Amino acid sequence: MRGSLLLRLGVVAWVTALVALPVTVLVLRGVEDGPHAFWIAVSDPTAIDALVLSLWTAALATTINAVVGTAVAWVLVRWDVPGRRVIAALVDLPLAIPTLVAGVLLVALFGPQTAVGHVLIGLGIPVAFARTGIVMALLFVTLPFVVRAVEPVLEELDPAEEEAAYTMGATRFTTLVRVLLPPILPAVAAGAVQTFARSVAEFGSLAAVSGNIPHRTLVAPVYILGEVEAGNPGGAASVSLVLLAIALSLQPLAGALARRAGARHA
Amino acid sequence: MGIRVENLVKSFGSVRVVDHVSFEVRPGELVALLGPSGGGKSTVLRMIAGLEAADSGEVWLDGARVDHLHARDRQVGFVFQHYALFRHMTVADNIAFGLSVRKIPLAEQKERVATLLEVMGLPGMGERMPSQLSGGQRQRVALARALAPRPKLLLLDEPFGAVDAKVREELRRWLRKLHDEVHTTSIFVTHDQEEAFAIADRVMIISQGKLEQAGSPVEILDNPATEFVARFVGDVNVLPGVSRQGHVHVGRVSVPAEDPHPDGTAVNVVVRAYDLKFWREDGAGVATVRRVMTVGDRVRVEAWLDEVEAPIFAQFPRRSSLLHGVEAGCRIAVEITQARAWAVHAPDAR
Amino acid sequence: MHSLRRPTGVSRFIFLGVCAWLAALLLVPLGALCVNVASDLGHVVSVLSGPEALNAIALTLAVTLACIVFNGIFGVAGALVLVRQRFVGRRVLDALVDLPLALSPVMTGLAFLLVLGRSGVLRPVVDRLGLDVAFAWPSVLIVTLFVTLPFTLREVALVLEEVGDSEEQAASTLGASAWQAFWRVTLPNVRGGLVMGATLTAARALGEFGAVLVVGGSIANRTQTATTFIHGALEERQESAAYGMALLLAAAAVALLFVLQRRRE
Repeated sequence: MRGSLLLRLGVVAWVTALVALPVTVLVLRGVEDGPHAFWIAVSDPTAIDALVLSLWTAALATTINAVVGTAVAWVLVRWDVPGRRVIAALVDLPLAIPTLVAGVLLVALFGPQTAVGHVLIGLGIPVAFARTGIVMALLFVTLPFVVRAVEPVLEELDPAEEEAAYTMGATRFTTLVRVLLPPILPAVAAGAVQTFARSVAEFGSLAAVSGNIPHRTLVAPVYILGEVEAGNPGGAASVSLVLLAIALSLQPLAGALARRAGARHA
Repeated sequence: MGIRVENLVKSFGSVRVVDHVSFEVRPGELVALLGPSGGGKSTVLRMIAGLEAADSGEVWLDGARVDHLHARDRQVGFVFQHYALFRHMTVADNIAFGLSVRKIPLAEQKERVATLLEVMGLPGMGERMPSQLSGGQRQRVALARALAPRPKLLLLDEPFGAVDAKVREELRRWLRKLHDEVHTTSIFVTHDQEEAFAIADRVMIISQGKLEQAGSPVEILDNPATEFVARFVGDVNVLPGVSRQGHVHVGRVSVPAEDPHPDGTAVNVVVRAYDLKFWREDGAGVATVRRVMTVGDRVRVEAWLDEVEAPIFAQFPRRSSLLHGVEAGCRIAVEITQARAWAVHAPDAR
Repeated sequence: MHSLRRPTGVSRFIFLGVCAWLAALLLVPLGALCVNVASDLGHVVSVLSGPEALNAIALTLAVTLACIVFNGIFGVAGALVLVRQRFVGRRVLDALVDLPLALSPVMTGLAFLLVLGRSGVLRPVVDRLGLDVAFAWPSVLIVTLFVTLPFTLREVALVLEEVGDSEEQAASTLGASAWQAFWRVTLPNVRGGLVMGATLTAARALGEFGAVLVVGGSIANRTQTATTFIHGALEERQESAAYGMALLLAAAAVALLFVLQRRRE
């Protein structure tokens, strides 16, 4: 018994020192100059633009990945397709590739000096150092979330349910909307929430690909870096608190959705 | 509605699971597809429903060829082995599904669902979720769901395979009763011969993708067309014998042969457990009793035929006079009252 | 259950769409990186074999290794405490373990800067101990430990929950001490979780960027890691150096991915 108590104290001390302490300091630093200073920091036009940009690009990437991720999971689970293992490995690739490298990859393909980038800029759709690049980077790094959330639920779903719908005269569309989607929707939503949270917090790939132009392509995490480098840790901490609040309010939602998705196929 | 299938063929990869199957089902009939598991019965059923495409062959419903039609356009009710209820919908929504996709007015849907719940013995359960029902109840909901759009043809894939023995018995009687009331042409797949013979008007026996025999239960029991059917149907002994002068001989026991073979042909003699007589014959006899078991109102006697070195068993009513003194270890005489014999296709005979 | 079938009709288009999407998003950019590196190979090799690059790689590897070891120890300990023990504040501890996942890397860096930096709250303690932490390699190690904290712990906890404690109980009825039961029953059981956790930890530690940049400052030959080396090279418009190091990291990622895939099966 004494051994397990010591073990517990050791773990608590480790987590407290490594996680609780710095996060508490960050939160306190964000509010210690009073509500007025906090308000000034987060209502800075550059900060607001950065937050808004982070939120809408995250929302767009989340929407796209919810659809594409579900389709990828469906292909992986339901069909005997050539190269299934390759596809499965590709889906995990963004988990292993450093996020900064993901950004570098996009710059290497779409950068203004490259042939592809040159053509796209000529067509008026620049990718690197533009908002398109931000969304692409987010799609890259969050690719696995929806796929991995939907896969196990889809695996539990009996294909006979779809066949039953067909024998009763349902069209492909009706079957999709009324039979296939409802049971997997909580899982899709759980993956989407994860995608959104990660997108809002994403830094490395965006630092490389976004170009960091204030009011145009500067996302919130990169804005925070700028404030730190400009010697304004208080302002940086204040904006951090906004991001932290978003992330923490999403966590219970993600948990609840994952439990619902799990309960369905349990 | 009548059904005709002609020369259906289906392979999965290199395995031919359905091999030139043809049969016809008359309007209003209740037909069983019976055979061992993995013999291709379910695939035949799924091809009739349009859930599986045949490699070749034809499916005709009501005089019209339908193999090019999608499942949704065949107006067939299908009951799946593991129910395949929509688990996110209530029982009522499950039953109403086929009506709602056909845009039947809501009031009519409700009325039909209520009627079906009543008929199925599930009154007041419309708002439950499938997960809150027992296996037997789920099966009845699946049946109600299939019947709701008034299909012209009802197909059931191992409908009672997933419920326990007692419920299965009840559902069987109940399916027969239902069929007698609504007269929808129905085909069900089963590997349980008792089930097939108990409720079907006609039975089709399918094994290794081939239709072995089609006929009424009595025809199949009395006149098995092939050795496979004879072995598969009923509780049978298969004994090594020789054909000679219109009789088959199993050691010293002989029986008139119904299908004569040339003299000297080695045959498999298929004998039902109730087409045998055993009686005690101390000091002589042709077999030694090994075990006597009482099962309900019957007694099963297992013995060893020493001459041909084969086990043999028979069943008797519990109070049969033949059982006098029959006990493990005693010698018995054996008389075969009826048997069928098929020539052995020995591998070395070419 | 029916065996899987080949897609037909609309399904085939969805399959092709999925393939095209994955190729465009993942493979084409990877290919572009390779082409860029290959077109300037001599220069890339000379930069990557220079002292700055080698020091950055060495620091990254050392930090990654240290994280695997520390997380291995504390991951198993933490998982045992969270799965097997019931105590007041368990849920708080449980939530704290996931907190690093919710923080943007820059915020992590900022938080540790506020703790260990010039005017950080722990600065007096650190100075009294005569330690050189901020803008030195220990801070790089500490933030990387922070961001990799959940991985091993969660993987091991998953295994512990799955196997239950009946085997440990069986061991103790056979006379094993708690220590013996741990070494001979528990640890072998969670080996799979440890390997998976170490793989995820390695992937994250090799690639950690934001927190390391903020807290370490990307000082060449001192706190520069592989990722901050790439960042510095990009800022100085040394594209081929950045691409070369990025390809190196991508290759390491693909190797880790193989381990991950093995484990999944």
